[in-house]
Amino acid sequence: MASSTWWSSEDLWRKFAIWVTAIMFLVLIILTFDSVSEIKSGTDRVPPYSVINQRIDYTFDETRNRMAPIIGSEAPLFGAALTTEQAEELVTKGKLTIQAKNCINCHTLLGNGSYYAPDLTKAWLDPAWGSEAIREQLMIGFLMNPSANARTFGSGRKMPNLGITEEEAKGIVAFLKWMSAIDTNGFPHNFQPMKQGG
Amino acid sequence: MTAIAGKLDSKILNGGQKLAVKYFMVAIVLFVAQVAFGLIAGLQYIFPSLFYEMLDFNVNRMVHINAMVVWMLYGFIGAVYWLVEDESGREVVGLKLGNIAFYVLTAAVTVVVIVYLFVQTGPGTHKTLWLINEGREYIEAPRWADIGIVVVILVFFYNISMTFMKGRWSGISGVLVLDLVALAGIYLCGMFFTTNVSIDQYWWWWVIHLWVEATWEVLVGCIMAWGLMKTLGARRKIVTTWLYIEVGLMFGSGILGLGHHYFWIGTPEYWLSIGGFFSALEPIPLVAMVVHAVYDSGVHRFKSTNHPALAWLIAHAFGNFFGAGVWGFMHTLPQINLYTHGTQWSASHGHLAFFGAYATINIAFFYLAMQKWRGNVWMSAGLADNGWKWKWSLGLLNTGVVGMTIALLIAGYEQSFIERAMGGSTWQAYFEGQMHPWYIQAMQWRVVFGIVTVLGVVLLVWDLLTIGRKEARTAAVLESPDTKESFKPSSTGAAAGASAG
Ligand code: HEC
Ligand code: HEM
Ligand code: HEM
Ligand SMILES: [Fe+2]
Repeated sequence: MASSTWWSSEDLWRKFAIWVTAIMFLVLIILTFDSVSEIKSGTDRVPPYSVINQRIDYTFDETRNRMAPIIGSEAPLFGAALTTEQAEELVTKGKLTIQAKNCINCHTLLGNGSYYAPDLTKAWLDPAWGSEAIREQLMIGFLMNPSANARTFGSGRKMPNLGITEEEAKGIVAFLKWMSAIDTNGFPHNFQPMKQGG
Repeated sequence: MTAIAGKLDSKILNGGQKLAVKYFMVAIVLFVAQVAFGLIAGLQYIFPSLFYEMLDFNVNRMVHINAMVVWMLYGFIGAVYWLVEDESGREVVGLKLGNIAFYVLTAAVTVVVIVYLFVQTGPGTHKTLWLINEGREYIEAPRWADIGIVVVILVFFYNISMTFMKGRWSGISGVLVLDLVALAGIYLCGMFFTTNVSIDQYWWWWVIHLWVEATWEVLVGCIMAWGLMKTLGARRKIVTTWLYIEVGLMFGSGILGLGHHYFWIGTPEYWLSIGGFFSALEPIPLVAMVVHAVYDSGVHRFKSTNHPALAWLIAHAFGNFFGAGVWGFMHTLPQINLYTHGTQWSASHGHLAFFGAYATINIAFFYLAMQKWRGNVWMSAGLADNGWKWKWSLGLLNTGVVGMTIALLIAGYEQSFIERAMGGSTWQAYFEGQMHPWYIQAMQWRVVFGIVTVLGVVLLVWDLLTIGRKEARTAAVLESPDTKESFKPSSTGAAAGASAG
């Protein structure tokens, strides 16, 4: 048996396993503290919920060589500016509804989830909503009755009615608007947002 | 069950093994459910009006992937109960409690599935997340069930660690127990609600990634080490040393490899380099595992006490390497992942990895269990009917899953080009990708191979119910004399155990 050679020593490899695991775990913990502080809402990467009071755009950033969100002038959702608390409450309603209705098992959010339906990361900016003037109403209408408002682009694949109330639909739209302002390092690449004024 | 299956000899099983076979039986039922719902979901891609607004895609998919996670966990728990008495040299501690936990867990799983199917969703409130569905992929189980799962896992952990504590420790059991602590602890990271989707996904990936690419991988490493000793008579010292190497390499790459999920969820840019680099190293331990299994099998001239089990263990080594190592590597660099992220690419990899790494090794254990349960019968070469059922189910299952993987890979490439790169991932671009003839054909082939997979599962169940039924010969004995060697108190294994205790 080769147990005399140092490299086949059980003891050596046990120590190797313990040390490597401990070090990697420690590094992960440190990075986690940093990352979590950088993605709290209200940071550069993840804007505050009250960002739904502003216009959001998504364009190519020359210096970073990738697409990035742009937070613009006042453009309150549903025509009424919200306080920070009100905004958070509304977005929370949307997030709760998205979980309660299990959207993630058809759609992706930030690219994670299922592949049966379009990615929702930039759904707020999707050109298919036409123009700023009609977007909010179209989105609410679609979410509350997706089969009657189906597009499907010839695929016949419709989203089912999920019994979404108007309050929940507004929450979802707020959530989608807020999510579209997150800096996702350029994903999705090459997305051409709807043209917005001002 | 006995009526269909013929004679079973439960007296021959030790206490842990009696409980293990219960876990295995539920695991198989859930495996059947998994492929059934997968097939419906696959068909809905082709026939979108199938069960529309009755049993929608999201419900079928949720049952498909939840049944998978749960049956695999059942299989792992069963496998650990299966080997614990043999490995610790004593009766399992707290078996009664373990039995109660089994029934509680199984009742909870049943209720959860019934609610998934018949209640499906609820209003956007916390109450829905507590009672119906948490709406987070893979860990959709409502909060009440999460808490139940944690309690059951604590019982399981108590039983296993106390058994080793009162019996004897080995290198394998030391790693196993520490790994179970990590596995259970990580689950807690998935049990909270937050509005912030970036924070949500940050911790969600802790559960998903640190399970499948760290703790589950090490768990099957332990099970595999024991399995190779049993089926081949590999030497304990060698498998233990390999296990340590694999643990070091797996955690060394897999823990920070977590970063390959932090490219696009709002997290800082340093994850592009850290995640890309460390996850690119993840195939290394998987290569080590293939080398180990194939080398050991070769050394022992593929003579084994249980042919079907050995075949599935080898399928595990290769499946793990290709599904996780190769298919994972192909889209793990951020330059590539920018375009493949969230496409059928991920589904291609997900299928081959979960099947190749985790379904296979569980199936190997089902065969080990049946062999003993039949009265420790012969299961080496020259089985009744030439063993056609296990050979065909092995062939059908692997053909089916590999076929689906290739179909999804083609769909994934096409989607990456048309939807992601060219169309920029808008609603319209999404459907342009979905409507391309190549994509549609891929979805059709996926269902064809899905049916092959289902046939493989059916044959597998039939085989497990009948294999060894009329066997008169007893099992071959191959165990190497040194399999129990490192149990001497002075051995290094005892030290690993001490650190776990
Ligand atoms: C059963 C699968 C399914 C579920 C569940 C589902 N969707 Fe959809 N969704 C679809 C499909 C399919 C489309 C495309 C419909 C069309 O084109 O008519 C779609 C389209 C959309 C769109 C428009 C696409 C875009 O890019 O802007 C939005 C927004 C949307 N869904 C949001 C949601 C939300 C929010 C939920 C959860 C409350 C949800 N969906 C649940 C399948 C689903
Ligand atoms: C047995 C081990 C593994 C299993 C079971 C597994 C399974 C999965 C699954 C199911 C997904 C999709 C998750 C989702 O639903 O969003 C996924 C994603 C991913 N996996 Fe793995 N995986 C394994 C190992 C690996 C390895 C070793 C690598 C890299 C070398 C890897 C790279 C990736 C990447 C990059 C993604 C993200 C895909 C995306 O961007 O959409 N995986 N994995
Ligand atoms: C009968 C054969 C099967 C069919 C038809 C099937 C079909 C499907 C479908 C349609 C999805 C949803 C993908 C999407 O979101 O678009 C899915 C997801 C998934 N299936 Fe299967 N499946 C089958 C068998 C299996 C098996 C055997 C396994 C593993 C053991 C498996 C593991 C998974 C995983 C991990 C996912 C999530 C993938 C991801 O999110 O990337 N499936 N399957
Ligand atoms: Fe991963």
